[in-house]
Amino acid sequence: MLKDITLGQYFPGNSVIHRLDPRMKVILAIAYIVAIFLAKSVFAFALVALTTLMLVIISRISVAVVLRGIKPIIYVVIFTMIINLFMIKGEGEPLFSLWRIRIYEEGIYRAVFMALRVIFLIMATSIFLTYTTSPFSLTAGIEGVLSPLKLIRLPVHDFAMMMMIALRFIPTLVEETDKIMNAQKARGADFSSGGLIKRAKALIPILVPLFVSAFNRANDLSVAMECRCYRSGKGATKLHKLKFSALDFVSLLIMAIFITAIVLINKYVTVGFSL
Amino acid sequence: MEKIIETKDISYSYTDSDGQISIVPALSNVSLSVESGEYVAVLGHNGSGKSTLAKLLNLILTPTSGTLYIDGKEIDHNDDDIDKLYDVRKTVGMVFQNPDNQLVATVVEEDVAFGPENLGIEPKEIQKRIDEALETVGMTEYANHATHSLSGGQKQRIAIAGVIAMKPKCIIFDESTAMLDPLGRKEVMRAMERLNREEGITIIHITHYMEEAARADRVIIVNDGEVYMDATPREVFSHVEELRAVGLEAPQATELLHRLRALGYDVPRDCIDADECAEIIVKLIKSEKEKNV
Amino acid sequence: MYKIEVKNVSFVYGQSTPFETSALTDVSVGFEEGKITGLIGHTGSGKSTLVQMLNGLLRPTSGQILLDGKDIWEKPKEISKVRFRVGLVMQYPEYQLFDDTVRSDISFAPKNMKLSESEIDERVREAAAFVDIDEQILDKSPFELSGGQKRRVAIAGVLAMKPEVLVLDEPAAGLDPRGRRTILGGLCEYQRKSGTTVILVSHSMEDMALYCDNIVVMNDSKIFAEGTTSQVFSRASEIASVGLDIPSIAHIANKIKGNGIGLTGNLYTVDGVLDAVLREMKGGR
Repeated sequence: MLKDITLGQYFPGNSVIHRLDPRMKVILAIAYIVAIFLAKSVFAFALVALTTLMLVIISRISVAVVLRGIKPIIYVVIFTMIINLFMIKGEGEPLFSLWRIRIYEEGIYRAVFMALRVIFLIMATSIFLTYTTSPFSLTAGIEGVLSPLKLIRLPVHDFAMMMMIALRFIPTLVEETDKIMNAQKARGADFSSGGLIKRAKALIPILVPLFVSAFNRANDLSVAMECRCYRSGKGATKLHKLKFSALDFVSLLIMAIFITAIVLINKYVTVGFSL
Repeated sequence: MEKIIETKDISYSYTDSDGQISIVPALSNVSLSVESGEYVAVLGHNGSGKSTLAKLLNLILTPTSGTLYIDGKEIDHNDDDIDKLYDVRKTVGMVFQNPDNQLVATVVEEDVAFGPENLGIEPKEIQKRIDEALETVGMTEYANHATHSLSGGQKQRIAIAGVIAMKPKCIIFDESTAMLDPLGRKEVMRAMERLNREEGITIIHITHYMEEAARADRVIIVNDGEVYMDATPREVFSHVEELRAVGLEAPQATELLHRLRALGYDVPRDCIDADECAEIIVKLIKSEKEKNV
Repeated sequence: MYKIEVKNVSFVYGQSTPFETSALTDVSVGFEEGKITGLIGHTGSGKSTLVQMLNGLLRPTSGQILLDGKDIWEKPKEISKVRFRVGLVMQYPEYQLFDDTVRSDISFAPKNMKLSESEIDERVREAAAFVDIDEQILDKSPFELSGGQKRRVAIAGVLAMKPEVLVLDEPAAGLDPRGRRTILGGLCEYQRKSGTTVILVSHSMEDMALYCDNIVVMNDSKIFAEGTTSQVFSRASEIASVGLDIPSIAHIANKIKGNGIGLTGNLYTVDGVLDAVLREMKGGR
């Protein structure tokens, strides 16, 4: 069941999105996040939904995979929905009221919009970054985008390296968690009954071994990296030198059009609800 | 022949978490040398000091006392010249025990590139080295595969490729077969032997599988932090009782002949090969039967 | 008499996904009560899946697992009771250690069984003694121990359930020869004293030959061969055909026999072959 988590995994391929320069993908991902938060009206959201769907199709990542990627954050989505639903005070009469709880039409809209924002955000960033970009080039991409910060002596390379290693070890640790859970189940551990506190307590026999093993792995890995002459990128070269192609500029242009479209829709298409 | 590794009276003691140096050294006064192109197996039970030895030869640890010569460069306990350190690590590569804990990248090709990149090699040359290295370990078709989806034996072969892409003269295998299944072990052994024979790379293989050690040119047995035996596999394994005393075992062929000798039969003591052992016993049975007639 | 029996069991991973793979195909096999049965096969032969089915960690896609003749999935809600009766020691079990002291770690399973305080205490002592763990060590942190000790503590954590069936997946993996002997010899003694039905998964044919009464060979999601240890090892060439090795001593014995010399008896341990050779030299008497 833990193997179902697709968030943070890379799916090799050769789609247009796969072929973009990783630096451009980082920029596009950030631009897309901005666009999602700019969208304020029903029509703007419809456009975002349509574009996100297009992204899925162009990337040739299966829809099932993308949907499974949302699964782990579903609680976050529900939580934001509930908060919005109960906290937003709209104008006019509440649709529903019980004791001190009042739900307004506006609250419902906001809840739905917020949920969609989180979902689109995860989908789009996964497609631009993790699903279509190997952690190695992703690291290179982030390092490239952040490289101006090197001028003010920020350890950009180390940061990028840490991220790559984190991504590399996700599947390993997921597998490990499965193994440890099975071992504790074999000793009669019960993870699925009892109240919240009991369940939280039941996680200790999983978390402690997981941390111990993660530390051991980190230790082993750092020794192995030193043996392969790692010195924080000092004097290092890159196998794949990054180069922007025409495709990258075209994609940037499309992104600019997309953002402009959203701003225009917000402003001029005033039919239906808007935030 | 040129010596690739030489140690003169090196000792090493671990420091505990309070900064106290352990009274019992992990390694004491070890002097040995390995010649360029040799294939050496190091045997010893868990905690014998054999892994400490490996870490010293690759300068993960520096000796508490004594001197170490690696590819002609002298290293002693207070050596902290970082460039020299990297020079040595370029010469002596290392493959570790746990296949999951030594791969850095998620894609095979990118992992193999890691070492050469750190050495500052030109991208074109890196690509060439990746292709050659993957070819040597028989993993060419996996160049674009995800590392975590490979089997244990395949992961270790990628780790080996990552080391040979740095063009070392010597590779230390620190129990690199211990966590593998028999198939994986065979894959790694094959790669190891190929590197030694075809590329002339010096191999130091730390293991506790006797049948793996039997395939080396020379076997060094480490016990209680000291070199206990240092000879050809035939010679080393013929000491059945001594091996048992240090927690090791001789191959079954040697063991069987040893038991026959103990019963007074005249059979050689230094046979480590199953086929050879069978021939010896066939001869023995035939001659004994003739005596009976 | 079979203590635990696998009947027409199939198992499919990731059913109705593109990754659908069959790990077991219509497997039927029994494990004799009070015996040590070895389970051999390549990685991916299905043996790990089979092992996880015996204590209900995995549920068969079709078929039954019978414990004392009763389907263990008859009442799915009570599967944890089955797990107390069929103890499973996973590969590299030292990774499961988590508690402050060795004592409390070993008592994890007995506590889950809701045994009384005094009963738990007794079981911890007994289990620790079986794996040669001293009383003083019981109050140490499991993380301070050596690799071999950790392994034994983890095994004790399962023995403390006093399972009727004990399944061990490669209990000696990664240990040196002395460590292997300590663990496997200790388990053998435990089996003799307790009469537990033991299922031992191992890659080492030498260990199988030394410790097992029966052997089951798996290949390609199916049972390839089963029988007593000598029956199975007498089929050396068949076993070699699926890429598994036989003990080198069995290879030697086969070579000798190939030279027209008739060896008889146990021909898969050094002791056995030595006896056979001696008998033959004295004229087959």
